[in-house]
Amino acid sequence: MKYLDEYREAGGTHQLARELARITTRPWLLMEVCGGQTHAIVKFGLDELLPRQVTLLHGPGCPVCVTPLELIDSALELAARPDVIFCSFGDMLRVPGSTTDLLAVKAAGGDVRIVYSPLDAVKLAGQNPAREVVFFAVGFETTAPTTAMAVYQAARQGLRNFSLLVSHVLVPPAIEAILDAPDRRVQGFLAAGHVCAVMGWEEYLPLAAKYQVPIVVTGFEPLDILQGVLMCVRQLESGRAEVENQYRRAVRQAGNSPAQQLIREVFQVTPRKWRGIGEIPRSGLGLRDAYAAFDAERKFGLAGRGVAEPAECQSGLVLQGKIKPHECPAFGTRCTPEHPLGATMVSSEGACAAYYRYRREP
Amino acid sequence: MCLAIPGKITSISGEDPLLRTGKVDFGGILKEVNLAYVPEAVIGDYVIVHVGFALSRVDEAEAKQIFEYLREMQELGDLQEAGAGAAPAPAPGPSPP
Ligand code: SF4
Repeated sequence: MKYLDEYREAGGTHQLARELARITTRPWLLMEVCGGQTHAIVKFGLDELLPRQVTLLHGPGCPVCVTPLELIDSALELAARPDVIFCSFGDMLRVPGSTTDLLAVKAAGGDVRIVYSPLDAVKLAGQNPAREVVFFAVGFETTAPTTAMAVYQAARQGLRNFSLLVSHVLVPPAIEAILDAPDRRVQGFLAAGHVCAVMGWEEYLPLAAKYQVPIVVTGFEPLDILQGVLMCVRQLESGRAEVENQYRRAVRQAGNSPAQQLIREVFQVTPRKWRGIGEIPRSGLGLRDAYAAFDAERKFGLAGRGVAEPAECQSGLVLQGKIKPHECPAFGTRCTPEHPLGATMVSSEGACAAYYRYRREP
Repeated sequence: MCLAIPGKITSISGEDPLLRTGKVDFGGILKEVNLAYVPEAVIGDYVIVHVGFALSRVDEAEAKQIFEYLREMQELGDLQEAGAGAAPAPAPGPSPP
């Protein structure tokens, strides 16, 4: 496919890897923020092409993985109600809650439907006026404009039986939390290209300046990722800490302004708990008061419960780049994609699942 | 989760800017896509699509940059291999806009 296949061509990736080896004089630790990039890196073995001195840590960029346990439990509770049609992207179905997962609720008779787009859920609400349609709104800034549009259209159509279980998270506060950690090791970031396609990259400027780290907006194909690493290492080697844009074919500095406008219309910035990490201030989106009628947590009285996470799972450390998946004692033994203990083993973009699938022998 | 792939717009319909939709071709598979967030996109453009929404128009000229960079790097490597005593400085990487 155009704009896809040519960016996977091996000759180019090797050429970039050679250039990287040529300019690297010291050890550097970089973090790719996005789970899609983690998946590509492990799948294509890109980390194995890098010079020994350059290490990639896998960041918290999988919204499926960081959705807090209590929200999964809320989803399970809603999905089990006979009056509810529960709609979700497919990757949420096997994420373990405290006791079970959505797939099991569906097997037990819950009306759980996988939708491709949030607008499919709005359509279902229109077609089923006697049922409550709840959409599990998970995702980063990439996905926020799509759920914002769903709510906006539902409001325009006067739908009263549509609501969102919102778990939207924002990337820059997570980067800042990682940078603020006293034992931080990360020296440079590959920022998530599709997040920036929506938000642009201006919000990264203060982060690069304050913490003196290079941040390179990077795409998802092998050539993109290696070029992103090369740009980041080139900055580190020359002592620069700037925001650069590798993914210029899709990302403009100011991002997508109609999408940002609709996000602002529907959502406001809120504190948000990240699974395995804990609460990060101003790191999520919640519905504005004007759209409170579409908030499933309010509508069904679910908000405000706390649930402890399985003690054995170290996904929090994995998500912050403190350990690699195979350093978790449960990895591949008590925790596998068939029987996951943590969300990073469920989602194909979770670092644990990517390692399990492509890199069984560390 | 943030998976988004490029496809080519083959038709556009809808008067209401918020409901603007189009058919987008992903290597032979046609899907209906909301185009509200790419008001500038026209038929024939490639757009990056995520969960049924086009989020960005692919810039053709920018898309070619990396291949030009690779070609220059290759030529430079060949030059250096040819043993031109004073090798030219390495090609600068793409700089930010
Ligand atoms: S291997 Fe399983 S238990 Fe260990 S950190 Fe990953 S998800 Fe958690």
